[in-house]
Amino acid sequence: MHDIHEEGRYTTDIALRVKAMESLLVEKNLLDAKAVDKIVDLYQNKIGPRNGARVVAKAWVDADYRARLLEDGTAAIAELGYTGVQGEEMVVVANTEAVHNVTVCTLCSCYPWPTLGLPPNWYKEAPYRSRVVIDPRGVLAEFGVTLPDKTQVRVWDSNAELRYMVLPMRPAGTEGMGEEDLIALITRDSMIGTGFPNSPTA
Amino acid sequence: MNGIHDLGGRHGFGKINIDPGQPIFHAEWEERMFGMFILAFAGGFFNVDKFRHSIEQMDPVHYLTSGYYEHWLHALEHFAEEHGVITKAELEARMAELAKEAA
Repeated sequence: MHDIHEEGRYTTDIALRVKAMESLLVEKNLLDAKAVDKIVDLYQNKIGPRNGARVVAKAWVDADYRARLLEDGTAAIAELGYTGVQGEEMVVVANTEAVHNVTVCTLCSCYPWPTLGLPPNWYKEAPYRSRVVIDPRGVLAEFGVTLPDKTQVRVWDSNAELRYMVLPMRPAGTEGMGEEDLIALITRDSMIGTGFPNSPTA
Repeated sequence: MNGIHDLGGRHGFGKINIDPGQPIFHAEWEERMFGMFILAFAGGFFNVDKFRHSIEQMDPVHYLTSGYYEHWLHALEHFAEEHGVITKAELEARMAELAKEAA
């Protein structure tokens, strides 16, 4: 803090500064500290990519649901009960042999919270945000994802109103598997587009 | 606004730090900041567009050198002041008090 704060930089005392902010908001009856605890618990322990995995697994086993999901993502996701902040307007994009989709928020960190939870740190940081839109194959290679040359890569840039989620391709060898077993194969990164679902034999 | 936040297509930010074991929050202050932000948002203190706009007004060097939740603190401070709820002077005075208590 100290002098550099005058220029709007106060990294050193950040923890103290946040504590002071909370203390003042509570004192002024604008904030309930217990509510902060509840919100943190909710996003740390309850809302996460398992929600998105349920959506994907259902789309894999139910062709009608898949059609609804691609037609109106928000409504189809709400059928499973996943609604709310940062998921008000959802578009689901399906991977195929011809097209692989990747999502980003170049301007900040927009991400579909109700289905995927809070974003991983790399999603919010400069290297991914800056580069995935100009060198998607290079970025995917860093994640260990390589695609055939004939597969087109589409990058979707989220914004404050609209969030994307990727519907990955169902892995080979999962024919006959039920939704619960499929859910276990679906990774967070496969729904961002920087990964694939796990293989059932892995 | 073609500000520093508009990172798409910029060069030179290096490798992506992919660590699957990263926690959602790195420190308790990040948790508190997140919770306060959500409640302020839910309470209509600001909307997403206003929030983003306030972050986009950050000093560019500060924007790039500070952590993600520090951007959120910047936004919350901005709106607290704009709404006449907490001034910077008040905040700094409380920081000094808390620092004294902890010492």
